[in-house]
Amino acid sequence: MRPSLIPGPIVVGRAIGELAVRGLLVKYVVASLFRVTWGYLAALVIAIPFGLTLGMMSLGEMAINPILQVLRPISPLAWIPIAILWFGVGDVSAIFLIFLASFLPLTVATMNAVHNIDPVHLAAARNFGVPLRARVADVLLPAILPQLIVAMRIALGVAWLVVVAAEMIAVNSGLGFLIVDARNAGDRYDLVIAGMVLIGVIGVVLDLLMRRLERLDSVRWGYATE
Amino acid sequence: MKVQFTDVSMRFGAMEVLQHVTIGVEEGEFLCIVGPSGCGKSTLLNIAGGFLAPAAGSVTIDGEPVTAPDRRRIFVFQERGVFPWLTVEGNIGFGLFDMPEEARRQRVAQYIQLVGLDGFEKAYPRELSGGMKQRVEVARALAVNPDVLFLDEPFGALDSITRLQMRSELLRIWRAERKTVLFVTHDIDESVQLADRVVVMSARPGRIRRVVDIDIAHPRDLSSKRYIELRDLIFGEIGLAHQV
Ligand SMILES: Nc1ncnc2c1ncn2[C@@H]1O[C@H](COP(=O)(O)OP(=O)(O)OP(=O)(O)O)[C@@H](O)[C@H]1O
Ligand SMILES: [Mg+2]
Repeated sequence: MRPSLIPGPIVVGRAIGELAVRGLLVKYVVASLFRVTWGYLAALVIAIPFGLTLGMMSLGEMAINPILQVLRPISPLAWIPIAILWFGVGDVSAIFLIFLASFLPLTVATMNAVHNIDPVHLAAARNFGVPLRARVADVLLPAILPQLIVAMRIALGVAWLVVVAAEMIAVNSGLGFLIVDARNAGDRYDLVIAGMVLIGVIGVVLDLLMRRLERLDSVRWGYATE
Repeated sequence: MKVQFTDVSMRFGAMEVLQHVTIGVEEGEFLCIVGPSGCGKSTLLNIAGGFLAPAAGSVTIDGEPVTAPDRRRIFVFQERGVFPWLTVEGNIGFGLFDMPEEARRQRVAQYIQLVGLDGFEKAYPRELSGGMKQRVEVARALAVNPDVLFLDEPFGALDSITRLQMRSELLRIWRAERKTVLFVTHDIDESVQLADRVVVMSARPGRIRRVVDIDIAHPRDLSSKRYIELRDLIFGEIGLAHQV
């Protein structure tokens, strides 16, 4: 290790300035956020109803849960060859990897949250004879929301980890691409560190935004410290 | 008979919980069920509510067999039955999903007033005391205008002062609305204060040991001779000497 080769804050700051001037800062950040947004939203839209359904049908869960448990410890990065095989090299592959990375934890968390619903609340909903749509919207979803928000935060964190890795192989824009590209194109370690700093800062901002959801009036009951 | 239990028996696996329970409840009657812990009181109420099917025998309401929960008869749990994610208003209006918006608002306001929660419309349950949460749950039940109310130790988690207040409020509401009430408690005083009749059950497997008529007019004087007589009768029936 030669510490002198690691650029200091001033050099990195200048590198970020350079990226901004060349128009790459906004372009790469937007590209990465774009991939995360689509992969993550697709995961949310599919995982929540899927997890709810599994949580409510014990038979479905018995069939699917072992598969989920086996898939879960496999790093999303192990899917890279399959992603490329199915979707080619490009955005769709990267989005697919992000989708996978957030889909599994979200599904499992939703399923477990359904199990944790107080049976008294389900009984009350049954007693009042509310139609299925209202039972889902007014009882099931709000009952799991506090736990779901925690899972959404964790899943977004994982999605952000994965976007960087996915961009290193599958695409030619984004912060992950910036890091490999800077090294390949002439050992620009100032740009490498600049990319890392940007990833870290954006990750923190995303997490802070998710945390705000935990302050909603209708979910605060679900967190211990009241 | 409004609610008729006919030869109801229940078992969980090999354990017999209820044996040959037969009793009728009249329209508008306030019936209390007391008995030792684990004797099957909650089970009996859950069968009447349609949440459990009896192993043998039947329950009919207005002559129709009970097969599933029904919004014409509402089960009130201990205060934890309120939905913590809904405001007081949201909770009380929960069962009124098929009402037009304006009528629904009026109905909610009416029951908020009935249970004395004016000013707390927008509050969440976590901001309320135990007694207030219990009021919300009672109001939520009454708002759908059921003809039978099942209450399973509704005041069990409250302190003794709040409990006394809640009892007289429940009586006031019951007199105003004339519901048929089945009320499970293991507080014998509570049963003598509230009920028209008290069903005393045996230890598990629960059978009806005795049905006691509480022939005291409301408001009841808790130091009257008759009150103490009836209370001691029930204590004796359960097999407790009334001493500490
Ligand atoms: N769903 C169930 N599965 C198995 N056993 C049960 C079930 N529900 C109740 N029991 C058992 O049946 C018996 C009667 O229970 P129940 O809740 O009706 O008693 P209880 O009279 O309401 O008691 P308590 O006064 O303590 O509330 C208990 O021994 C209980 O363990
Ligand atoms: Mg009980």
